[in-house]
Amino acid sequence: MTTMTFRQALQETLRAEMLRDENVLLLGEEIGVFEGSYKITAGLLAEFGEKRVRDTPIAEEGFTGAAIGAAMLGLRPVVEIMTINFSLLALDQIVNHAAKIYGMFGGQAKVPIVIRTPGGGGQQLGATHSQNIELYYAFVPGLKVVAPSTPADAKSLLIAAIRDDDPVLFLENLALYNTKGDVPDDDTPAEIGRAAVTRTGRDLTLIGYSRMAHVAAQVADQLAASDGLDIEVIDLRSLRPLDRPTIIESVKKTHAAVVVEDDWLTYGIGAEVAATISDGAFDYLDAPVRRVAMAEVPLPYSKSLETAALPSVDDVINAVHQTLDAVGRRHQKVGHD
Amino acid sequence: MYVPDTQFECDNERTALMTNQVNAPRKAAGRPAAAKSAKARAAAPTKRAARTKAAKRTPTEVAALTKVYREMLLIRRFEERAARSYTQALIGGYCHLNLGEEAAVVGLLSALERTDYLFTNYREHGYAISRGIDPNRVMAELYGRIDGVSKGWGGSMHMFDITHRLLGGYGIVGGQIPLATGAALAIDYRGGSEVVMCTMGDGTTNIGAFHESLNIAALWNLPIVYVIINNRLGMGTTVEKSSAEPELFRRGAAYRIESARVDGLDPLAVAEASARAVAVARAGRPYLLEVVSERLRGHSVVDPAKYRSEAEVLQLREHDPVVTFGAQLVREGVIDADAMAAIEHEVTARIDEAAAFAEASPTPDVATLFDYNYATPVANDSRRLPGQPLFEPAPLPDPGEDQ
Ligand SMILES: Cc1ncc(C[n+]2csc(CCOP(=O)(O)OP(=O)(O)O)c2C)c(N)n1
Ligand SMILES: [Mg+2]
Repeated sequence: MTTMTFRQALQETLRAEMLRDENVLLLGEEIGVFEGSYKITAGLLAEFGEKRVRDTPIAEEGFTGAAIGAAMLGLRPVVEIMTINFSLLALDQIVNHAAKIYGMFGGQAKVPIVIRTPGGGGQQLGATHSQNIELYYAFVPGLKVVAPSTPADAKSLLIAAIRDDDPVLFLENLALYNTKGDVPDDDTPAEIGRAAVTRTGRDLTLIGYSRMAHVAAQVADQLAASDGLDIEVIDLRSLRPLDRPTIIESVKKTHAAVVVEDDWLTYGIGAEVAATISDGAFDYLDAPVRRVAMAEVPLPYSKSLETAALPSVDDVINAVHQTLDAVGRRHQKVGHD
Repeated sequence: MYVPDTQFECDNERTALMTNQVNAPRKAAGRPAAAKSAKARAAAPTKRAARTKAAKRTPTEVAALTKVYREMLLIRRFEERAARSYTQALIGGYCHLNLGEEAAVVGLLSALERTDYLFTNYREHGYAISRGIDPNRVMAELYGRIDGVSKGWGGSMHMFDITHRLLGGYGIVGGQIPLATGAALAIDYRGGSEVVMCTMGDGTTNIGAFHESLNIAALWNLPIVYVIINNRLGMGTTVEKSSAEPELFRRGAAYRIESARVDGLDPLAVAEASARAVAVARAGRPYLLEVVSERLRGHSVVDPAKYRSEAEVLQLREHDPVVTFGAQLVREGVIDADAMAAIEHEVTARIDEAAAFAEASPTPDVATLFDYNYATPVANDSRRLPGQPLFEPAPLPDPGEDQ
């Protein structure tokens, strides 16, 4: 184990995979000379040269598509899209091409590409630069979408994504780059398609991913201390495939669930989780599944408005309280009337 | 400062080969010297001869010219049969034909080696056949059968054959262009000597992916030939109405990419221009080739093309590349009438065989629906049919359980 930041975990994993496999190359805007807008690729141009660390023109559709075409011939490109907002310019290549090529041509060509891109609101970047639109990709069969929340998962999921023969959207988060954690020294890949139960409990299941997995864990800790609540936390880690069985098993045990998400509520990931619970654990539920999600506005710049629009720890605590109160379960637990 | 030496001597007639020469002092890309295709070697020298003295043609030249004609006719009869099968509801979806583009298709592909890669659009049956793919399998794909090139998953617009290095068949206008550029990147990355050819329509040159890709290919010296099949129409929209620079090959100049325009009714002129383009690409520089062609029928089988004037339609008859080239070969004594009839007979039988093969080929088994979900199997992958629930109905909770 080594303690490092999320950023370091990504940088070291990219480097190790490039050393391991000559077919791995990096493409993206400002990843070489500038060392990445968020410095994830620091030092890699100097070590590997321009052939393997390619600064691209500002042409998301062009360079993402080129990476997909290169992957069809067996390279393993890792593309950095500066933020997920800009991935919309590459939507055609990702959705109409990367996701389709393997199936549409009867399994004749694989597309082993990784698209790394950070999302994340709360940085006062305004409406166009603050979106969490991983849902657009999670909707699409043929893609895999992973969203690590810890440096350890960042490493093991990035290894899995690079070695996987399918297109993987690898979601990062601006607010997580400086977070620290223990990272195993070996290079065992994570299993894509599996959620992690990061805290076990019996009173309620709290579900999140990426930055919201931290918010969920924080809420669970806080409520354990303040209310003696025993909350189970699930970090989804993989948005496609979604690990439905883990969610269902947990809710069968806790009989209540709250989903925390960093995107808009309507049609969101939380909606999919809630529908999953309704399909798989309806008879076990004591209360409706509650979703805590962004206000349905383009995220404003001004701090007061931005803060109000984003889900907070208090919002999640209230949602947990209300869910348990609705069926009188918190009262039993806390022991006051 | 470096100024590209560009010469524009071009009007909108199809007659001459017009070029936009870019004498760029490029850094040596370190690629092996151009290896000329055997096909191109055979066809190119015969070009001038074919127009002058018939007597001087060797048996090899005659065989090469006959082969070109036969291939064009094979595409023609294939497409006519596809149209018929479509109206008989044996083929579904959209169905875009290469009718009028036979000379362009055959000429272009004559310059490629077997190891080179081809990306094209949804109007690609002819390319698949000319690339050497068994017409049976091309027809079977149209019929949606398991013996189809894409195993019935792609249809008319999405033909793919890895062994013949036809890497699609793309239904999204311009979608193939970034992909083809990336294939060229992979070749360059590995120091290979293959090239990529990427064809598209005239209307496609207005899409962002075209411009982004040409810029990238030029910046990175990629071994790719971009081909514009200018059939003058994108569905019902003329080139003049859609493209601010209607001399489409000139668009290469914006990226300092050498380019040329060639008469797409003459398969030998196309072959020569294609050989030149491929040689440039093999030497490590992109190339843009515009092939002025014709679309003899509607945009797709179901389009009556009412937007074309009567005069225009009449003129199309004179611009039929199969008829024109066949007549030329007879006139010049390369093929006599009996040989023509024999080719016609053989090609017709070949197409009948393809249609019979397609009809006899089984439809894909529903049990294979999820076979291509992912190349790397993954946990919790969904294999649910529309009528099935996400979960089998759960047993009721045990009333004694902790509430
Ligand atoms: C992105 C996109 N927009 C629109 C269409 C619908 N469409 C299919 S073919 C076509 C015309 C293309 O014209 P051109 O590039 O000249 O090719 P041609 O059909 O003449 O071979 C259009 C608009 C599409 N398939 N994809
Ligand atoms: Mg056209």
